[in-house]
Amino acid sequence: MHSDTKAPLALKLSAIGGLIFLLAPIALIFLYAFTTEEKSYQFPPPGLTLKWIGVTMGRDDVWQALGLSLKVAAIATVLAMVLGTLTAAAVARSRFFGREAISLLVILPIALPGIITGISLRSAFALLDIPFSTWTIVLGHTTFCIVVVYNNAVARFRRTSGSLIDAAMDLGADGVQTFRLVILPNIGTALMAGGMLAFALSFDEVIVTTFTAGNQSTLPIWMLEELVRPRQRPVTNVVAMAVVLVTVLPILAAYYLTRDGAETAGSEK
Amino acid sequence: MTSPAIFAPRSGVLARAADWAIRHPRMFVFLMVLPIVLWLGIVYIGALIALLMQSFFSIDEFSGVVQHEFTLKTYAELLRPSNFAIIARTVAMAAAVTLASAVLAFPMAYFAARYARGKWKALFYIGVMLPLWSSYLVKVYAWKLVLAKEGILTWIFAQLHLSWLLDAVLAIPVVGGNSLSVSYLGTFIVFVYIWLPYMIIPVQAALERVPAPLLEAASDLGATPKQSFRMVLLPLALPGIVAGSIFTFSLTLGDYIIPQIVGSGRLFIGQAVYTQQGTAGNIPLAAAFTVVPIVIMGVYLWGARKMGAFDAL
Repeated sequence: MHSDTKAPLALKLSAIGGLIFLLAPIALIFLYAFTTEEKSYQFPPPGLTLKWIGVTMGRDDVWQALGLSLKVAAIATVLAMVLGTLTAAAVARSRFFGREAISLLVILPIALPGIITGISLRSAFALLDIPFSTWTIVLGHTTFCIVVVYNNAVARFRRTSGSLIDAAMDLGADGVQTFRLVILPNIGTALMAGGMLAFALSFDEVIVTTFTAGNQSTLPIWMLEELVRPRQRPVTNVVAMAVVLVTVLPILAAYYLTRDGAETAGSEK
Repeated sequence: MTSPAIFAPRSGVLARAADWAIRHPRMFVFLMVLPIVLWLGIVYIGALIALLMQSFFSIDEFSGVVQHEFTLKTYAELLRPSNFAIIARTVAMAAAVTLASAVLAFPMAYFAARYARGKWKALFYIGVMLPLWSSYLVKVYAWKLVLAKEGILTWIFAQLHLSWLLDAVLAIPVVGGNSLSVSYLGTFIVFVYIWLPYMIIPVQAALERVPAPLLEAASDLGATPKQSFRMVLLPLALPGIVAGSIFTFSLTLGDYIIPQIVGSGRLFIGQAVYTQQGTAGNIPLAAAFTVVPIVIMGVYLWGARKMGAFDAL
């Protein structure tokens, strides 16, 4: 709905108030990254400095946590893309016993509160005698990332006509060629979108990670420790700003890329 | 005599595997879903069921050993005043957060759907997407900065000569506290902030679908703005609000990080589960606590479905 009449003042003010409520805290992160105050969250900051950016750049624990987060997110995304696509292909293109159950199965890890998935996985690892390592974090993240790839892929498979594949086969393409030349180009963008969502989801995940990580820290775990027991506020401020920057830029880019199109990517997290 | 195949079998492992897959479609589908069935269907669901089964066991109060025989004792323990207070507190918080999100989201969604164009539309899009996609912990951290006793909110109240108002609010028993960051009020504000985008998006989607002439017709027919809101706009937006409330309600029920960082120290369901399975080592009680949000959400989703909320997603 759209009407060209002017909005009532009260409506406009409350909408703007809502926007300020949503954006101001994030803006504040940028200010605090430069504060000279080390012991408290004093506002207004007594002074501004660039010192803490340098200090943070030199911190090994931050780089290690970032490295682990990127590694876990990358591997979990690849695994989720393979598993999600295979499952989506099977569900969309054939009927078999338990087909409905599978679509419920992939949604469950994300529909249930993270703490339930976390405890379940932890006890499963204990039962299977798998020691905690990077791989247990990866498995945990893959578990809830599959669904975003699956959702994107299954929607695309349903829209892709099956006769395309039949035609490719009739024209002499073998299975591998059909996959590479016909199926992949058709589902490519959906996989890409699903993969990006999965990566973002994994990169930010904290609850399941607390149950599946040994004593390694991903970046969110590092952040959580700082939140519960603040020890180095200035470094945390800079890390928070860096994380916001990393998320802001893709959103702005996505907005400018999809601005002219009717639909926007990723309406739901 | 068997007739020769039209195509000779090809060499190469990949090509032969592909040919085999085409000849055995059922086996191929089986292999495709096998990893997911093994991991999610057996390991994950198995662990989940094992966890929920634990809630029917009980713990020996003296030795602390789990007794593996069927009992409803652990569920009875949930009704103990201290445990029941945790459940009541969490549900009340989830309800309050949902209500506040709906009230805050509605004008924003309505303005964005009906009046915003061009630059404003872009601002609203970014204003919703940015907090939605920003790191969860960074958002909580930002609120720790805002709500701190020496932070910006206290400063703003001081600048406006309204410090007495803030003090009066903090002096309210139960919801108040020493500062906003250690009070229920603080927990509530952070919850609303974190889940608000999940409410705005479905409400805006529902409002976009309301034809503007419908509202004009209502006012032509003599409805006051209040009446057309209550009798035309609200009923049409309701599925969107219910859809959004599924997110705000369930996410608040399960969260254990926010009350741990910004709050009065009194436990919510998520924290109770965490401490029971961790330090307290009482897995049966932890399991019984996890059943509570699952049951509440089951009832909630069933009700939401009746109201047609799933069409608004």
